[in-house]
Amino acid sequence: MDMVAGKVKMTQQSVKSAMNPTDMLERPIRLTARDVTVHYGAKQALHGISIDIPDRAVTSFIGPSGCGKSTFLRCINRMNDTIEGAKVGGTIKLDGEDIYDPSLDVVELRARIGMVFQKPNPFPKSIYENVAYGPRIHGLARNKTDMDEIVVSSLRKAGLFEEVKDRLNEPGTGLSGGQQQRLCIARAIAVGPEVILMDEPCSALDPIATAIIEELIDELRENYTIVIVTHSMQQAARVSQKTAFFHLGNLIEEGVTEDIFTNPVNKQTQDYIMGRIG
Amino acid sequence: MNALIVAGLLLVLLGVAYQSGWSRSRGLVTADGVKIHSRPQYHGSFVAIWAMVPTLVILGLWAWFGGGITRDYTVSLIPTDIMMSLDQVGLNAAIARIGALASGYGVTGESPAWEQAAGDALRSFQMLTFVGVLVLALVAGGAALVYARSRINARLRARNAVERVVNLALLACSAVAILTTVGIVASLVSEAFRFFTFIHPFDFFFGTVWNPNNAGSAGNWGSYGLLPLLSGTLMITAIAMLVAVPVGLMAAIYLSQYAPAQLRAVAKPMIEILAGIPTIVFGFFALVTVGPFLRDLGNLVGLSINATSALTAGIVMGIMIIPFVSSLSDDILNQVPRTLRDGAYGLGATQSETIRNVLLPAALPGIVGAFLLAVSRAIGETMIVVLAAGNAPVLRGNPFEPVATITVSIVNQLTGDTDFTGPQSLVGFALGLTLFVITLGLNIVALYIVRRFREQYE
Repeated sequence: MDMVAGKVKMTQQSVKSAMNPTDMLERPIRLTARDVTVHYGAKQALHGISIDIPDRAVTSFIGPSGCGKSTFLRCINRMNDTIEGAKVGGTIKLDGEDIYDPSLDVVELRARIGMVFQKPNPFPKSIYENVAYGPRIHGLARNKTDMDEIVVSSLRKAGLFEEVKDRLNEPGTGLSGGQQQRLCIARAIAVGPEVILMDEPCSALDPIATAIIEELIDELRENYTIVIVTHSMQQAARVSQKTAFFHLGNLIEEGVTEDIFTNPVNKQTQDYIMGRIG
Repeated sequence: MNALIVAGLLLVLLGVAYQSGWSRSRGLVTADGVKIHSRPQYHGSFVAIWAMVPTLVILGLWAWFGGGITRDYTVSLIPTDIMMSLDQVGLNAAIARIGALASGYGVTGESPAWEQAAGDALRSFQMLTFVGVLVLALVAGGAALVYARSRINARLRARNAVERVVNLALLACSAVAILTTVGIVASLVSEAFRFFTFIHPFDFFFGTVWNPNNAGSAGNWGSYGLLPLLSGTLMITAIAMLVAVPVGLMAAIYLSQYAPAQLRAVAKPMIEILAGIPTIVFGFFALVTVGPFLRDLGNLVGLSINATSALTAGIVMGIMIIPFVSSLSDDILNQVPRTLRDGAYGLGATQSETIRNVLLPAALPGIVGAFLLAVSRAIGETMIVVLAAGNAPVLRGNPFEPVATITVSIVNQLTGDTDFTGPQSLVGFALGLTLFVITLGLNIVALYIVRRFREQYE
């Protein structure tokens, strides 16, 4: 426990030392959203969201339940397509390319923008098959050796390999909650995405598993653009470099994480961070 | 008429008892201002139960023994000289005639004076006993009411007592279902054993000839080989599953995954209506439409297909169980957590990849369970087979020829004159037992698989 707590502390320090606010603002922009709206049937869930997501940094969306942060996250890889009656407006561009362009292949898009869900959702297959599934459907491996390499390196990047290397053929559903979530992260990484979306990835996990995932997120930042939705302000402060605050379907305030938490401009942001709304 | 009077009086007693308990309980509250253990409704129910139990016990005893007592009395009314001239059948006829005279219904022809007198005497006896028993029951109920009412005080745990009675009533209701099952199985088993005293079990289970001699006597019973019937049953079931499984499963996949909401709202009830069509209707659909169609189709391609055949019955039975398969599979597919589907989509899987690689494997145990339930339904199905399979209990492997099934043979052996003294009719129980064991086994396996599937996601 002590060791883990120490790790978390270290992570916090390393985040702060690794990137200062000015650094952050100079990062190239990977994703741009302009005036994004979402309707579920007659109900409007998002009112004109515009935000830039920087490359190879962690951007967090915070806000009270039902504020639209997860809805917006699901717009970024078009997961809202799978919900009946959902209608998305506005534009979202990945490297300048409109992801809602009718000529764009959504399957390809989702291979570039991976997703990790709130509840760990490994498939009812073996650990190996869970990770191998994505590469297999996208034809990323030419042979078994290739596939083994992808699986092992993905598990390693997700910090899970050492724990499961002797039981790759056992079902993924048999792992602990934290291990399952890291398996899901490995599964997302295996497809070779550029962006990873995480929808409250720690909300179903205990504090120790949460600390491990947070540390992992910090490591992944080196190679991936990460967007994380969280209901924990402490988590946003710990892992992210940029923070956006959502309230009632509106983007209230966005900026460098440190600024948002120490010096929020908007009254509502202030209230939320002080625990007065939520 | 009498039954109505009894029911009315019982209701009145119930109401009075409840009311008296309730009002006394209310009285307790206002008089002492003390906190009573149970609420007035429970005191009311408590008194009502107390009043009903002795009443119902007495009425029940009369219902049980009253018939015998009345009969004995009737016999005593018959003059001795006439009694001497009656045999058992004649005595029963005389008792029936006297009973008819007493009630005034169903009297045919002239009756001698002694019968008339006996009828009158019986009528007054019935009247007397009816009123007597009723008064006795009501007095007992009233006494119990007074006693129970006198027991009411603030400390009386009426709620617990009432709840115990309700508990027992619920237990009794579930016991009905269980005891019925046990009784049916017991009678199947005992009658089947009687059958096996005529025909050796080996000749029954492994016999290849089904040719019961319905007019036969000892030494000439005919042959009762199960195999031709079993093969017919299994052939028709297999054909039915070949039709129902792919169609039902595909329909379920389409409806649960692809169909837009409006279409699903219309199509699902439509498919379920199919399940509501009586099987006899499917039977003549098979006989009149499908059979001739298959025969003509066979002629066209140079195959000899009988209009009534295993194929006809199997196809129609398959159509019949499509809704069964599709609605069970649909439920099971919808039970697969949405997060699993999201996981696959999030990796860039297409819809068909998600269904094939994630949804179906996850739902497979449940779907297998659904199939086994459908199989056990097909095996037990009768009407379609009676009409469309041709009833030819011959061991053969050609589905284009008529066959017979276990269920059809039970129908054949048990309709018409049956006296249950020879193997001709007793074989019905042995066949029924065989069928029961097969479907029971399938159901147990299916339920086991379905339960294991459920545990995975809870």
